Amino acid sequence: MTDLTDLTVAEIRDGFRAGDFSAREVAEGFNANVAAAKALNAFIVETPEKALEAADAADKALAAGDVKPLSGVPIGMKDLFCTQGVQTTAASHMLEGFVPTYESTVSAKLWDAGAGMLGKLNLDQFAMGSSNETSYYGNVISPWKRDGGDNSALAPGGSSGGSSSAIAARLCPAATGTDTGGSIRQPAAFTGISGIKPTYGRCSRWGIVAFASSLDQAGPMARTVRDNALLLEVMAGFDPKDSTSLDLPVPQWEAGLSSNLKGKTVGIPKEYRPDGLNPEIAALWDQGIAWLKDAGASVVEVSLPHTKYALPTYYIIAPAEASSNLARYDGVRYGQRDLPDGAGLQDMYAATRAAGFGPEVKRRIMIGTYVLSAGFYDAYYTQAQKVRALIARDFDRAFEQCDLLLTPTAPSAAFTLGEKQADPLAMYLNDVFTVPASLAGLPAMSVPGGVDSQGLPLGLQIIGKALDEQTVLNAGLAIEERAGFVARPDKWW
Amino acid sequence: MVAAWPMSIDLQTVKKIASLSRISVTDAEAEAMVPELNNILGWVEQLGEVDVSGVEPMTAVIPNRQRLRDDVVTDGNVRDKVLANASQAEHGFFAVPKVIE
Repeated sequence: MTDLTDLTVAEIRDGFRAGDFSAREVAEGFNANVAAAKALNAFIVETPEKALEAADAADKALAAGDVKPLSGVPIGMKDLFCTQGVQTTAASHMLEGFVPTYESTVSAKLWDAGAGMLGKLNLDQFAMGSSNETSYYGNVISPWKRDGGDNSALAPGGSSGGSSSAIAARLCPAATGTDTGGSIRQPAAFTGISGIKPTYGRCSRWGIVAFASSLDQAGPMARTVRDNALLLEVMAGFDPKDSTSLDLPVPQWEAGLSSNLKGKTVGIPKEYRPDGLNPEIAALWDQGIAWLKDAGASVVEVSLPHTKYALPTYYIIAPAEASSNLARYDGVRYGQRDLPDGAGLQDMYAATRAAGFGPEVKRRIMIGTYVLSAGFYDAYYTQAQKVRALIARDFDRAFEQCDLLLTPTAPSAAFTLGEKQADPLAMYLNDVFTVPASLAGLPAMSVPGGVDSQGLPLGLQIIGKALDEQTVLNAGLAIEERAGFVARPDKWW
Repeated sequence: MVAAWPMSIDLQTVKKIASLSRISVTDAEAEAMVPELNNILGWVEQLGEVDVSGVEPMTAVIPNRQRLRDDVVTDGNVRDKVLANASQAEHGFFAVPKVIE
């Protein structure tokens, strides 16, 4: 008999509707996998009862002829989305014990569509990190190991590392992610799954713990392009509670899927091939170009001249926004409070924030505070916003010549936990290929292309024009069909 | 015209930033942060070499119209929900240490 936890979201949805299995059987299967995978530390809170409750509702709905788009499908929820009645921590000590009295818009849409919650997934603290090593609740471990008996624990990527690890290990068929500078795409690449960051404004930010508001976007992560398309359809949509939400209809991305790229032109940005690019990454990229040609696309080299400035721009803008957003953690309204004996209000703020934030979060708040401080604002922040405008203009000009861009997702395969912890800059460089599209608000996705010589997954990134998620998904599908990526981690946990 | 790039930051500046950030730091923590923050700030300062003459700073990444809604109450009467996660709530208010002697 098929192991139900090996099925994709679309297969679960369709098999459930056809009566091949019940929603309860699916939920019980994933609940069991979650319970048996403590070694991965992918979940901060497990909610098997929520998964079963949604499954029972789905089974009743099917009997009544009233199924919803995601009836029968259990998913994981990144612990950055506020969930009513279920602890939401952003993987911080600061929010330990915080139980929202409201539901984020994106998670509410998923539950309204019939999905069930398996639990809250671990992440980098306040989504700040690229390896899931900044969580207060411990590192997430990737289910992948290098070939040849190397038993090193590998990073699942970050910040959506609980999501990527859990999907790759079949603890959930799909999960939510959020992406500020690559936090959906890089972990997807590290674990051999797919994930899409839609155009900025497609998914409501309401109820998502804020990091950098001009960059934060929610998106799905799953094993197939189709699953990403159908989940994004549910997650996206106008929300008056988010002032940057786009008031546009949500396209039928799943119905629109087609891997025929005839008439499409793929741009290959030359600045993404720096001297010293890992030869295995370069080879996969060339293979990806060949696959898209095979799917009918033509290929043209394009230039994005300000690419090298994207990361430093990001590391001014994101910390600046974070320092403002995280000012809300004052020990008064929610979260932890540290009140030393005899302390006044200001002392309480400083003690609370010293105890509640981890080192990377403090580092970014302080960088942000500095670049926004009197006398330095123009030199850092205004300059960064101008360079950001130039980076966006580069993309506009490139898209005069092409319909989409193909690049690697990350400069390397998954690295060993601890390998880059000592040097924040080395860690930041992981996002070199993902940050530019974030700064320009463009839709971008990562799909697995193959494995490297050590057997670890490598991802390819597709970047599209604003609002053109369909072309991104279609190119992803074309790669998925040709890559035939079936590698999966051997179970050791 | 871009202001001159600031010189590298020292221990006193780190303590000032920590104070502005309302994060208490020990002397040892502040000392450890000096090279860390200087590394990052030294790296982002390469942005100073970009010619941005005539470029407006980005304000919205995707063109979007600012919406206005009718000025009416849409929410409210949820005091207990608002206070539900406060570390100290008394008499229907958030409570903080005494600020006036």
